Amino acid sequence: MNALEVKNLTKTFEVGKSLFTKGQGVKAVRGMSFDVRDGETLGIVGESGCGKSTLARMLVGLLPPSEGEIQIEGKVQDKASPREFGQMIQYVFQDPISSLNPRKTIREIMETPLKRLHGMGKAERNKRISEIFASVNLRDEFLTRYPHEFSGGQAQRIGIARALAAAARILILDEPVSALDVSVQAQVLNLLADLKKEFGLTYLFISHDLAVVEAVSDRVMVLYFGAIVEVGPADAIFKHAKHPYTKLLADSAPVVGRSLEAPKQKADELPDPLNPPKGCPFAKRCIYATDICTTTDPALTEMGDDHFAACHNPIKG
Amino acid sequence: MIQFFKLLFRNRLAGLGAVVLSVIVLLALFTPLLPLPNPNITATGDRFLPPFSEGHLLGTDHLGRDLLSRLMWGTRLSLAVGAAAALIAAFIGSTIGIVAGFLGGRTDNVIMRLVDMLMAFPYILLALAIVAALGPGLINALFAVAAVNIPFFARNIRGVTVGLANKEFVDAARLSGMSNLQIILFEILPNVLPVIVIAMSTTVGWMILETAGLSFLGLGSQPPQADLGSMLGEARAALITSPHTSIVPGIMIFLIVMSINLLGDGVRDAIDPRLKSGALSRPLPATIVERDSTPPVPSDDLLALQDLRTEFHVGDRTYKAVGGVSLKVNKGECLGIIGESGSGKSVTALSVMGLVASPPGKIVGGAVSFQGHDLVGASYDELRELRGDRVAYIFQDPLSTLHPLYKVGDQLIEAMQAHRKMPEKEARARAVELLESVRIPNAARRVDNYPHEMSGGMRQRVSIAMALANEPDVIIADEPTTALDVTVQAQILTLLDDLRRERDLAIVFITHDFGVVAQLCDRVAVMYAGRIVEEGPTAAILDDPQHPYTKRLMACVPELGGGKRELHAIPGLPPAVDRLPQGCAFAPRCNFAQDVCKQGDIELEANGDRAVRCLFPDKVSQTEVTS
Repeated sequence: MNALEVKNLTKTFEVGKSLFTKGQGVKAVRGMSFDVRDGETLGIVGESGCGKSTLARMLVGLLPPSEGEIQIEGKVQDKASPREFGQMIQYVFQDPISSLNPRKTIREIMETPLKRLHGMGKAERNKRISEIFASVNLRDEFLTRYPHEFSGGQAQRIGIARALAAAARILILDEPVSALDVSVQAQVLNLLADLKKEFGLTYLFISHDLAVVEAVSDRVMVLYFGAIVEVGPADAIFKHAKHPYTKLLADSAPVVGRSLEAPKQKADELPDPLNPPKGCPFAKRCIYATDICTTTDPALTEMGDDHFAACHNPIKG
Repeated sequence: MIQFFKLLFRNRLAGLGAVVLSVIVLLALFTPLLPLPNPNITATGDRFLPPFSEGHLLGTDHLGRDLLSRLMWGTRLSLAVGAAAALIAAFIGSTIGIVAGFLGGRTDNVIMRLVDMLMAFPYILLALAIVAALGPGLINALFAVAAVNIPFFARNIRGVTVGLANKEFVDAARLSGMSNLQIILFEILPNVLPVIVIAMSTTVGWMILETAGLSFLGLGSQPPQADLGSMLGEARAALITSPHTSIVPGIMIFLIVMSINLLGDGVRDAIDPRLKSGALSRPLPATIVERDSTPPVPSDDLLALQDLRTEFHVGDRTYKAVGGVSLKVNKGECLGIIGESGSGKSVTALSVMGLVASPPGKIVGGAVSFQGHDLVGASYDELRELRGDRVAYIFQDPLSTLHPLYKVGDQLIEAMQAHRKMPEKEARARAVELLESVRIPNAARRVDNYPHEMSGGMRQRVSIAMALANEPDVIIADEPTTALDVTVQAQILTLLDDLRRERDLAIVFITHDFGVVAQLCDRVAVMYAGRIVEEGPTAAILDDPQHPYTKRLMACVPELGGGKRELHAIPGLPPAVDRLPQGCAFAPRCNFAQDVCKQGDIELEANGDRAVRCLFPDKVSQTEVTS
């Protein structure tokens, strides 16, 4: 069974709307369809403005989709309600400190999902919090402290613990380590891997760091300008990229032993969301673009073992 | 709480206000117990007795009533009414503000436009209208004053709430199953409360004045009841003949309002978190230098740090941010400084030009030699001459380093004209040329853009152009690509590399990314807890790291192309630089550490063109990293 199925998910924001004028629709997410398999880690990469945060907020019910359908563990969610979503799918935020209320103790923060989502009594709550804290390697004495007393890595563990407290089986990890120092990053990534094994979790791992995504994911999905451009197995997608954008990303990442050279592209500006181009949004930057690219937006098609890309002129090999 | 009072009384005037106000409030509270005559008993024979008359310490008024007694009872009433009005206004105003700010959108729009309408009336007119509609009387005056002050609270609190409503912890609360009402009460309100207290403490005085004003006009307290406003009103007729009847309540109003305002300002400053962090204390233009030893002789290198030590003194703590760093960089060379947050890499960079914020920063030892000249002892004028001219900086976030209200071209021109006289036209042509040199397309048009009209990558190019404006000898780049997308990062790095080769620039590049260092830097220095632990040619260090920290840091960073794998995390946390352990700072996290590592200072041992601060480099070099 699939943990998550998304069909034609679209989000249109109205900009420039006022009392008298009708706003213009800007599509932040342009019809995404994908599955997340039970127990897998699906990595999501893309640069700023690609729609990954909007997608994530829709998946947890914080933002109602404009079109399309979200199915969580076989159940269709027709209404964006964080309360209902929260028991099935939880969110770990990028900035661990600002995701914790500065005026509440860690115990109060941890208790909320247990009380509000599961209606647990006090004794039961305390027991559960101790269990969760033990599994994220935090000591119980932290419970009486306030968020500002913690380092970034510890605060992120608390954020993960809160997500676990809701007992959801799917976690959306939105850049969970990008605010952390590299030595702490590895601790948190390893913890996430252990928790996944222990509780049988499914992860959507959003990051801009290709190396981190490759290290933790089973499959990777590449987003560009609000749409999926490529999705495939993590060990193949960067090595044998089909879509020129994926290749551009992979070639741009700084790697020890590779000489410094900005990869070729024709232009480097993202398309204007207020005035989206006809055809493939990447065509203007793409060195492989042909005439068809400027007229028809390519659909996601299978181009290898479990490997899909949306491109008219995929890279061979 | 103790800290709050400490902060409060550090402000002398606020302390004075607190003392005066407490005396007045205590007197008002105990008025019924004091041996005072009845304030409403008239004795027409004793009219207008001057102060210090027998039995009437402050004299009597036009009906022969004891002024002292009326003053005390009137003060009691005025204080009570003012405080009640403030509470009512704060409660209703804050409720409106929180609801509008939290719900946003149309609700917010409608509520705030209504509040704006309320504000469009002059307050005294509005109060008069309310009292006219409800009828005169102290309670109605109280309501009028409260109503007039609601918009102030509503607008203030709404502003704060809007900022909070988009915070991630509110999203987290939603996902934890809290309803809107619960979020407002348990998540938003605790964060807004300090602002409400500040707003109240600064408006109570104003409200007491307004109530007095209404009573003065005869719309507040009704005879024979005394409050400060009505006492003034009744005394008005005898202003010339018996001025003491006006002066007595007048002084009391002055004392109350003045002490409340002084105290209110003090409370605001003490609660304001920005004050605690020292953001409102303006740092000096150059870092304070208090060297405890004779500085070393300047070296011949283009730029050399010689045993540089920078500390932060906060309260009774000393943070040794930079604990003796020696580095050098020459023409056309790129030196990488790699380290985690708190390792002192940024403070090292800022110390070069005396840019560390002082107070609390202080350079306590060592030297920075630039072209054979010590900069640490240099005067502010000398430093200013060199800043941006010979040594330029590029920072992480171009959005916060470029001024949002000036066109990028004007900022470039300013950077040039700060150092040399240049006709406007020539400067502008040079600005366009600079933008072209950092490969901004359509430079002639882009020169008139504001920073917000550019993408992050373009803005960073402008920062680089600005650093190049005066053709410096050294560029210090502090994580210039960390905030950028990976495709943009590759372009910026390539640009920096080309510029260095074309212009023979020396670059000091600060980063936490080994990939970036490997591609750009000739030599690299690894910093940990304020000191260099390893230094040498980049390729040699990356091939064969000899300090355990370097080795483990490299192992815990995944590299593209490695596939799915377990990472070798470093256990524990870096030490706080105000409590550095004895001996090697990395020892508590190191699996090679022995007792000898935890005793005495460990030297940065040079070996050919490399140097390492470790007692067992060979052992480290030969062992594979395991978790």
